Amino acid sequence: MAPVRRVARWGVWILAGLVPISLLAGIIVGPVMIPARDVAGSLIDSASDSVSPIHRVIVRRIRLPRVLLGFLVGSALAVSGVAMQGLFRNPLASPYVLGIASGASTGAALAILLAASSILFLPLGAFIGATVAILIVYGLSRGKDQRTSIFTLILSGVAVGALFSAATSFLIFLSSGGEKLSDVLFWIMGGLGRASWTSVGILAPIVCTGTVVVWALSRDLNALTLGEEGAFHVGVHPDSLARWLLGLTTVLTATAVAMAGTIGFIGLVIPHVARILVGPDHRRLVPVAALSGGCFLVWSDMAARIVFAPAELPVGVITAFLGAPFFLFLLKTRGARL
Amino acid sequence: MHIAMENITFGYDAATPVIRGVDLAVASGESIALAGPNGSGKSTLLKLVSGVLRPDSGAIEIDRVPIRALSVRQIARNLAMVAQERPVGFDFTVREVVAMGRIPHRARFARESVEDHLAIEQAMELADIRGLASRSIRAVSGGERQRVYLGMALAQQPRLLLLDEPTTHLDLRHQVQFMSIVQERSTAGMTVLIAIHDLTLAAQAAHRIALLSSGRLAVVGTPNEVLTQSNVKQVFGVEVTVGKHPKLGTVCVLPALTPRHS
Repeated sequence: MAPVRRVARWGVWILAGLVPISLLAGIIVGPVMIPARDVAGSLIDSASDSVSPIHRVIVRRIRLPRVLLGFLVGSALAVSGVAMQGLFRNPLASPYVLGIASGASTGAALAILLAASSILFLPLGAFIGATVAILIVYGLSRGKDQRTSIFTLILSGVAVGALFSAATSFLIFLSSGGEKLSDVLFWIMGGLGRASWTSVGILAPIVCTGTVVVWALSRDLNALTLGEEGAFHVGVHPDSLARWLLGLTTVLTATAVAMAGTIGFIGLVIPHVARILVGPDHRRLVPVAALSGGCFLVWSDMAARIVFAPAELPVGVITAFLGAPFFLFLLKTRGARL
Repeated sequence: MHIAMENITFGYDAATPVIRGVDLAVASGESIALAGPNGSGKSTLLKLVSGVLRPDSGAIEIDRVPIRALSVRQIARNLAMVAQERPVGFDFTVREVVAMGRIPHRARFARESVEDHLAIEQAMELADIRGLASRSIRAVSGGERQRVYLGMALAQQPRLLLLDEPTTHLDLRHQVQFMSIVQERSTAGMTVLIAIHDLTLAAQAAHRIALLSSGRLAVVGTPNEVLTQSNVKQVFGVEVTVGKHPKLGTVCVLPALTPRHS
């Protein structure tokens, strides 16, 4: 039986075409609908009289940074998911499997509870929390012979993740209700409400560089499907590859999570969707995952803004609502071939 | 390709050495079969030769260059390994798996060159897997899969081919098919080091046989010299009858079941 690769050749180009459409739709749709003509006017000419000033402010200050942040976060999570599933050769791996999300949540909760003004401290706290978690996990998985055991890596990731989740729960308990509690919970559920040009400016170079480097490692990721020794025998050193992948995933996921909270399911599901579209070859898989992850989060965020408008749903709820049934559908229909 | 192992010792932990002072030289173009009981160190020895493991003491040289001095990529350009089993990670086609054998010869972003293409096609021809090219690696049988991994190893165009019990899980037809291909490559001049349990097949495929026992080399020599009743009794602790193959004249090792309550 030949593998199913429906759009192997054209996948990347179709998706590349979908990107501007998604971004444009993300700017147009919201509690206040903005006609495409006004979007174009606001983007092209900053002083045009033909566009209402309110629309111009919404487009330039709110919607544009928000869709860009959404796209970047979605890409970062999807690419990290590809890297983790490739590293662990396990379809259930996600960027959060190493405790990054739990660490980030603890850091964010600490920042919210300790800092009066948390606008700056929140992403910083989340980033530090994520980094601390992964350093502990990585440290635990190094044996006496200085080699990293992938098996120990997963187990310590689960354990450290549980530890940090408990710490977060404890912090929530200490906060004893109130506004700060809902701040923490809202952050954990994930959302793009904090989007700003600053966050886009920080994330854009990181996500672009990180994605390109993961893509540059795609041949090595392919070799790793032969197992660690199999990779070694075709000239790919599994230990240094593992270090690169862990480092890249940490930076990509930690910055994405710091900006947008722990948005679930993108890092787990998008790599599978991409694999169904273009097959397991990482040279195609990485760019396709980056583009489809970005588009998926932009559309999910759009839904989050309008479903209960003017109230805003945490986007993590939407991604899980769409992602979980889809993942179950894949499990049912493709079974062991996943 | 010439390999020299000099007095190598190795243990996964310091207290229990698995390889104890092995000396073995493999001449260029020679084919050597490693045999011995489970746990005698055959796989470990192959891992030491392929550079996956490093010996605690002693030296391993490939064409007079210590293996320590070679990068992973340089090693992969010269030697290839077929393992007993490999994980089947994702849904690659058979041809894509064979093409992975070209990784050590290819620049990171290079497309498949004419040279790569020829190596892949030739390897699939040699491993008799042409007809499987577009099938999923997950959808082929165990016997076919071992030939796919052999094809991948051949696409590496190695000068030394290492095989770690490649036929253990195969049925008779696939065993014969697989070993015939290995023998063909050996005849064509490839240096082969194979760990194998089937002594009768080993006698046909290898120039020399090395019997390992508890991490030491018990006997090394031609199949006729090594596969004697007393050597097999000493190394495996089993009474066998040793005969001659009626057609080929090679050594046959014939075990007999021994009921415990007779």
